[in-house]
Amino acid sequence: MEFLLTTIWNGLSYGLLLFMLSSGLTLIFSMMGVLNFAHASFYMLGAYFAYQISNWIGFWPALIIAPICVGILGSLIEKYALRRAHKYGHVAELLFTFGLTFLIEESVHLIWGRSAVDYRIPALLDFSLFNVFDTSYPAYKGFMMLVSIGMLLALYLFITKTRIGLIIQAALSKPEMVEALGHNVPMTFSLVFGGGVALAALAGVIGGNAFITEPGMAAAVGSIVFVVVVVGGLGSLIGAFIASLLIGFLQTVFVSLPTTFFDLGHFLGLPIIQSSGLGKLTLTELVPLLPYLLMVGILVFRPKGIMGTRES
Amino acid sequence: MKSRKLAGMSPVIPIFLCLIIAIILPLIFKSDLLLSILCEIGIMAIFALSYNMLLGQTGLLSFGHAVYYGIGAFGTIHTLNILKHHSFISISMLPLIGGLTALLLAIIFGFVSTKKSGTTFSMITLGLGEMVHSCSVLIPDFFGGEGGISGNRMIMKPDVFGISYGPQIQFYFLVLVWLIISAFFMFFITKTPLGKMANAVRDNHERAEFIGYNPQKVRFYMTVLSGFFAGISGGLTALNYEIVTAETLNAGTSGIVLLMSFVGGIGSFFGPIIGAVVITMMKIFVGGLSKAWLLYLGILFITMVLFIPGGIAGILKSQSILWSKVSPLKLIPKYLISCIPIICASLGVILVIEMTYVFLGNDTNVSQAHLMIAGLTINTSNIFPWIASVGAIVIGKKLFELYWHYSWVPLFDILDKP
Repeated sequence: MEFLLTTIWNGLSYGLLLFMLSSGLTLIFSMMGVLNFAHASFYMLGAYFAYQISNWIGFWPALIIAPICVGILGSLIEKYALRRAHKYGHVAELLFTFGLTFLIEESVHLIWGRSAVDYRIPALLDFSLFNVFDTSYPAYKGFMMLVSIGMLLALYLFITKTRIGLIIQAALSKPEMVEALGHNVPMTFSLVFGGGVALAALAGVIGGNAFITEPGMAAAVGSIVFVVVVVGGLGSLIGAFIASLLIGFLQTVFVSLPTTFFDLGHFLGLPIIQSSGLGKLTLTELVPLLPYLLMVGILVFRPKGIMGTRES
Repeated sequence: MKSRKLAGMSPVIPIFLCLIIAIILPLIFKSDLLLSILCEIGIMAIFALSYNMLLGQTGLLSFGHAVYYGIGAFGTIHTLNILKHHSFISISMLPLIGGLTALLLAIIFGFVSTKKSGTTFSMITLGLGEMVHSCSVLIPDFFGGEGGISGNRMIMKPDVFGISYGPQIQFYFLVLVWLIISAFFMFFITKTPLGKMANAVRDNHERAEFIGYNPQKVRFYMTVLSGFFAGISGGLTALNYEIVTAETLNAGTSGIVLLMSFVGGIGSFFGPIIGAVVITMMKIFVGGLSKAWLLYLGILFITMVLFIPGGIAGILKSQSILWSKVSPLKLIPKYLISCIPIICASLGVILVIEMTYVFLGNDTNVSQAHLMIAGLTINTSNIFPWIASVGAIVIGKKLFELYWHYSWVPLFDILDKP
């Protein structure tokens, strides 16, 4: 029971964070057909901006200002560079965003140094929310979930209920028609790119202090976000949601399993030698591998992803 | 006849010249640094060529190509360690083992990754690369953990020609021979029906499907073959350094090979070799001077993606077309004038980056106010050098645009006229 509750608590907070990242990526992809390879780099920028701003004026303003700054930066990049790469096709766009990861990581090295910065949870939220069976549940994880859910609800309402949201939805499927009706589609693209990137930055603001803010954080989370998008089905928000939670839960469950392969083999009746490399391997050590195994499994058995609609 | 002329200079003569330079250079200058640079370039050239089989020829952007390179290196070093003294296979042939190891892995991975093309392919290769990287931590017996796996390439007696691969120069010629063989076969593949179909799949996979080819199979064969050649270059790396760490198969190596191919030019067969030369030199010389060399590389790469999608080979190609109409001698002043704004802007970029490094002092943990560069001392707390260097970038860019518009564009217009 205790194990179950802890797993749900941690898995949900991590899964929702992943979804904040992958939802922005999915939105940008389904609208512009651009896979933003640098998405996780904007997540990192969000964390660093929040660190810098909270040093100057505190965490709460940073929570709002940092994503906005990153969003504006993203829109500018879309307007002045990505649009140029778009002329040369999808490979060029992907290459451009790949180059961007290099630039952002090296700029972070340049400005904030190569080691982790001291970006902390605000004192106001640094307490345990409740205790169940000796395990404390940190309030910050609850706050993370609250922000993620609030953000996603706001996004949902924005896209389905507002005028701009409806134009975005229309531009998703028929950009030429929307343009013919007199709407500024390129500006909408900038807006979506900026918005998606701001979403990643917000995830960075609340994730950076929960985990660690260092130059390697983009690479660490980046490939997992891509796995989420592939597993969920490219371009499907619901698929991304399911996949994010799935990976969040899977990783949290495995982290708390000290079972070795020897025990597992014993249980299943497989002859695995205790002292061998495999016998000593614990399930916890498999955690970094899990998302990729899941991806391979999905690709072999259901190539279009959980909720995907397109084959190729 | 005309289209033939417009195709530019035939690459045969430059290739022969390069080959002769590659052979003569280490014989004239007996420098260890030069030899090790040349070895590295040769190995990376094979790797970049193999990468371009995917990116340039099949249109598949892979973010995990280092997996094959790395596994080839591990396969080779393990074989080397197992063989020890019972030598039924010569060291010269060991890279082939690396290639075969990578081939096997490529068959397994290719089955998964080539199910999709385009963007999804890129993401899958990234995921597979990360998977292998995570495995390298989990299985230290095979991947050597932190310290890597070392071997000794001099375990066999000198053969009939007295070659023991002890001296680096002997090994360099082995690399060169493998480079020529691999390049020949990769070039040969572009001329086979498979190579042509790969181009067709790149340009329009639906039409390729209509004429009866399965694009997935074409992608699969190209992945497997390219994995094989990447494995050969990995095997050579293993023999060159006599140590292999998990770093050879991580995302960083995959990124570097992508950069090499693209900067060199993915549109032409030999472009990636140019990229391998340029980036290896940059790594050694710029990397030795500045900690920010990856930043410079990133800026170079992004500039290429946005403004010169044909890469260096693309520039050479368009210029050689020009040479067929206008005498190259007449163009020399134009080249020199074009260089001025480029140098001006580059100096500005370099100054801004280096001054930021010194000014913030995050890297050395010592905040200094003065930047020592090329015998000059610049006070970074003064605003003037900042304005000057930003100004240099802006002016350089503007001047180049102007010069390009008024001097180069009319020249290219001549070509278009019948």
